[in-house]
Amino acid sequence: MDIPFNVKERPDTGLYNGKLGIWLFLASEVMLFGGLFSAYIFLRTGVDNWPAGTEYLDVRLATLNTLFLISSSVTMVMSWASLKLNDFKKFKFYSGTTLLFAFGFLVIKYFEYSAKFSHVPPYLPSTNNFLGIYFTMTGLHVLHVIGGIVVIGYYFGPGSKMWKADPERFTNRIEIVGLYWHFVDLVWIFLFPVLYLL
Amino acid sequence: MTPDEVKHHIKTYVIVFIALAFLTVVTVAISYLDIGVKAGIALGLFVASIKASLVACYFMHLIDEKTTIYWTLIATAISFLILIFLPISTMLAQARIY
Repeated sequence: MDIPFNVKERPDTGLYNGKLGIWLFLASEVMLFGGLFSAYIFLRTGVDNWPAGTEYLDVRLATLNTLFLISSSVTMVMSWASLKLNDFKKFKFYSGTTLLFAFGFLVIKYFEYSAKFSHVPPYLPSTNNFLGIYFTMTGLHVLHVIGGIVVIGYYFGPGSKMWKADPERFTNRIEIVGLYWHFVDLVWIFLFPVLYLL
Repeated sequence: MTPDEVKHHIKTYVIVFIALAFLTVVTVAISYLDIGVKAGIALGLFVASIKASLVACYFMHLIDEKTTIYWTLIATAISFLILIFLPISTMLAQARIY
């Protein structure tokens, strides 16, 4: 049985179903991260002296990671635009580049976390409220990056077979993955100044 | 979307990317300014909001979307603001007590 409105737009919403689905999912994600940002404000305003991010965190690594994520966002949207132009080779190039940037982000995050754990005394989530909220927010964000890598990797690899069978549907799927990935970038755009700089 | 429209979009993506990279440098530079914590937070979040708007409007195509999505996002924004203002209202209530 075919699922309806995979490609065609539903007359009542004006959207294909997957697109409305991902936006509803992203709305729930806004509330998930919103809860943590709310907790951050609560913790920060509850004390007289909140540590500066630079006391514990490496701004240079985080700046590099910011550049990695915004670069991955542009390559992600370019991979979708390539499919719109019927250029599958370019899709593969941009999609692969997005994966490389995403892995780059994880590698840097690994070095950042390792530095915290190997510090004497170790900087752990239980050390203080700042590190507690830092590890919670960035940890949840890292899980989202890993989730994105799995899905982008699937459509870069085995999932790309759909391009031959149903190119329009495949293009829509890449658009949906892209929306998720841009949201992951968007969350980091706020995490970076809030935790590292302010 | 016609191929010409897509090509026009691609040019926009590159411009937005350059703007995002530049604003990232601006965000870091703001943290070195000696303007006080409150002004620093306000300015930092203002620049972050511009960056987020660029991503949402151009990479996520919100600048030209269907009404259904706008209504979904308006409902989300209201819920999000309530969530964010809860701790702030608690803080203000405490300020009145002490």
